[in-house]
Amino acid sequence: MKSCVIVFPASNCDRDVAVALDQIGAAPTMVWHGETSLPATDLIVLPGGFSYGDYLRSGAMAARAPIMRDVLKRARAGTPVLGICNGFQILTEAGLLPGALMRNAGLKFICKTVQLSVENNKTLFTGGYALGQDIDIPIAHHDGNYFADDETLDRLEGEGHVVLRYSDNPNGSARDIAGIVNKSGSVLGMMPHPERASDPLSKSCDGKAFFESLMEALA
Amino acid sequence: MTMYATGITADSVREHGLTEEEYGHILKRMGRPPNTTELGIFSVMWSEHCSYKSSRRWLKELPTTGPQVICGPGENAGIIDIGDGQAAVFKMESHNHPSFIEPYQGAATGVGGIMRDVFTMGARPVANMNALRFGDPAHEKTRHLVSGVVAGIGGYGNCMGVPTVGGEVNFHSSYNGNILVNAMTVGIVDQNKIFYSAAKGIGNPVVYVGSKTGRDGIHGATMASAEFDDDSDAKRPTVQVGDPFTEKLLLEACLELMAGDAIIAIQDMGAAGLTSSSVEMASKGDVGIELNLDHVPCRETAMLPYEMMLSESQERMLMVLHPGREEAARAIFDKWGLDFAIIGITTDTGHLTLTHQGAVVADIPVEGLTEDAPLYNRPWVPTPHAYILSVDTFAPPKDFGDALVTLMGSPDLVSRRWIWEQYDHSVMADTVKGPGGDAAIIRVHGTNKGLAITTDVTPRYCLAGPREGGSQAVAEAWRNLTAVGATPLAMTDCLNFGNPERPEIMGQFVECLEGMGAAGRALDFPIVSGNVSLYNETNGEAILPTPAIGGVGVIKDLAKRAHVALEKTGDVLLAVGETKGHLGQSLFAREIHGCEDGAPPPVNLATERRNGDFVRTCIEQGLASCVHDVSDGGLYVAVAEMALAGGIGADIAAPQINTHGFLFGEDQARYVMAVRPDQADIIMRQATDQDIALEILGRVRGNDLTVNGKHKVLLDDLSKVHEGWFTNFMSTRT
Repeated sequence: MKSCVIVFPASNCDRDVAVALDQIGAAPTMVWHGETSLPATDLIVLPGGFSYGDYLRSGAMAARAPIMRDVLKRARAGTPVLGICNGFQILTEAGLLPGALMRNAGLKFICKTVQLSVENNKTLFTGGYALGQDIDIPIAHHDGNYFADDETLDRLEGEGHVVLRYSDNPNGSARDIAGIVNKSGSVLGMMPHPERASDPLSKSCDGKAFFESLMEALA
Repeated sequence: MTMYATGITADSVREHGLTEEEYGHILKRMGRPPNTTELGIFSVMWSEHCSYKSSRRWLKELPTTGPQVICGPGENAGIIDIGDGQAAVFKMESHNHPSFIEPYQGAATGVGGIMRDVFTMGARPVANMNALRFGDPAHEKTRHLVSGVVAGIGGYGNCMGVPTVGGEVNFHSSYNGNILVNAMTVGIVDQNKIFYSAAKGIGNPVVYVGSKTGRDGIHGATMASAEFDDDSDAKRPTVQVGDPFTEKLLLEACLELMAGDAIIAIQDMGAAGLTSSSVEMASKGDVGIELNLDHVPCRETAMLPYEMMLSESQERMLMVLHPGREEAARAIFDKWGLDFAIIGITTDTGHLTLTHQGAVVADIPVEGLTEDAPLYNRPWVPTPHAYILSVDTFAPPKDFGDALVTLMGSPDLVSRRWIWEQYDHSVMADTVKGPGGDAAIIRVHGTNKGLAITTDVTPRYCLAGPREGGSQAVAEAWRNLTAVGATPLAMTDCLNFGNPERPEIMGQFVECLEGMGAAGRALDFPIVSGNVSLYNETNGEAILPTPAIGGVGVIKDLAKRAHVALEKTGDVLLAVGETKGHLGQSLFAREIHGCEDGAPPPVNLATERRNGDFVRTCIEQGLASCVHDVSDGGLYVAVAEMALAGGIGADIAAPQINTHGFLFGEDQARYVMAVRPDQADIIMRQATDQDIALEILGRVRGNDLTVNGKHKVLLDDLSKVHEGWFTNFMSTRT
């Protein structure tokens, strides 16, 4: 499996996700946001962090970085894209996923390990989990409060596009949504950080199956 | 008749924080009256903050060497050998005055500054810690300050992608008008890629990188060298404004440049900005520096040389490069979107020479700013001896369970979850133990080795007995590292005291340092970096003496580490170290009896070392993996913390007489371990062989805590009090 991790100015989980990919034997190519084309790849990862300092709106400026033109093109052609935390924010700002990530309901940054339920295990990203499985994954964000209009939310739920839900909603997200896929199931955005739960020394190792699922589906 | 240059008067000299005598020395050194720019430069370089003029004489007596020390005090940060060709780089620094005036920015830029100190030396920051002191929870400003400081620390560190893995927080009315914000950063570097600040060679380019220079922070160092009064809010403009986004870019750009060999010397622009960075680089390299201020990237128009030299705008670095490497270096900073400007050259004059719009605007011998800086041997008086209060000074509580609940729900002991959930403590994916234990543990990336980190001091001990308090702070840091299984290697300090011109305050300083030095020597735990913050007073009221210690240790094999959470019914609780029941200066005395008198618990450094080495060996042998140090609140609080962390209770076997002294006394050099019965047998045998004081403290079981089977406290009830306090406190309106 060939993979790419896009590095924006002040991405700060780029190395972490690269390590997680490396651990499953898919060491990624790191691609600078200023580039205009991606190498041949089976997976594009938009990592967590504070791209452009979260100035203007989280993810808003990164969504317009030079490399994003090619990311959009590849995504529309079916190349899988995984957006984690800031990556999820960028995906909504870029229009690859519906809705928006607003400021947490409590108005504070939250870093803790939360329980998620896997709501759809038929995606490229979650094939290694059981349907309804409870998993512990850390969150670390200020703007993770998922919002979309009711019609969109109904559609997401009706079509099985809600992939992850919080067991105990930490940030006010509509319908406890922690992660969604696009219509074709090839683009996943999630606020929790599976790359921080992919190592036996971490508090939880429940995130590793995301990467293993991808390997299984794409290798 | 004192001579002044045009525009300078005796008043302006005083406003620059310089005494008449100090001004006289400047005249003598310069051979003429300094102009305004030169006076400004002298004032910051000779400020307490930059020159350590009151403290230098005593700092010299601290232990700073050892086989593990690669670089001791005097550089941007200290460096220690952690094996395998790697080194840990760390330092702690205060940002007290700015954080009181403007809590968010003050704390944020404190964190930004200390991270810069670490990556200036070539290290990637891997962990942030902090030591915070706030006023009485009931004080009208406390919530505002807690909220702003915590948000500021998180705002900066989170964006940088460096985990904030722990710290400590105290509340005491002595900090009502002068909070303490001490930030520590630990970085990791390959030993052959360390960068220092000594400018070498003549004719080499001096390069400015990072943010542009604005008018913020002018006189920050001078402010930090004076007391506060009621008009301190007027000093708000001297507080710098941080931009963690730029600092993240600066970090990556610097590390990218450091991967090559273009840099001769590098120094961050912290307190006193361009002035202190250029002077320190020149002074350490025994060269002169000539700067053309026309090339300094400025954020505002028409900035004067005085303003440029004194600005404390954040996220800036000064470098001396090998000639010919300028353009390759520039390309890296261009890529990261940062300013890069060649603003000067190293010279053989030994002078700091500044030109602006074609004229020389300052010309000062570098030695005059550094070696000639004033050095005071300030008068001091010892703190009056406090008597040891016997156990029967304090009536036993009616119910030990109620007393435990009161203590565990007191501001100094409640859970700090409300705080640390606002800090990203898991980014970098190497956090093995985040906030809430004895010491934080991070993995050295790509290895099976860990660094343990802690910050500690018990200011009420330091007030009652500064020498004992200084030793205790060091011993507790050493103990916290030991309790997770680490070998303590070295420490950094952040010495927060009141006005050194008052002999009793100077006495606290002198005696605390004596105690720290003795402990550092006895425990082979040298001080490799640090910071002094004096004049922590408002309207003449000094803070408690607060020499915060940041300790770093190494765990060679992360499989052999310990945690505080109780694990299994039937495990045996062991208390290592002798319990005499010292209640003076204990939290029991303060929270239950309202008594803040008496001597602090004595520290026996030899026992401290023996007990700690014993516990560490038990962990390394795989005999113990659940260990907690005993400190604030004594044995019963230690066990309660272990029980809450593990969600399982215990029964304590306590003596029938002086039970409260046994449960709540704060005797030093103690640990609690929870081990299987067969392991307990082995540990007890080894303790007997080695003459280590050890007793069976009780048994792990159930969902409550009891003393001799009585005084039951349900863990659920205890947890509500312990976990609930902070959220309730912060959501209450004053």
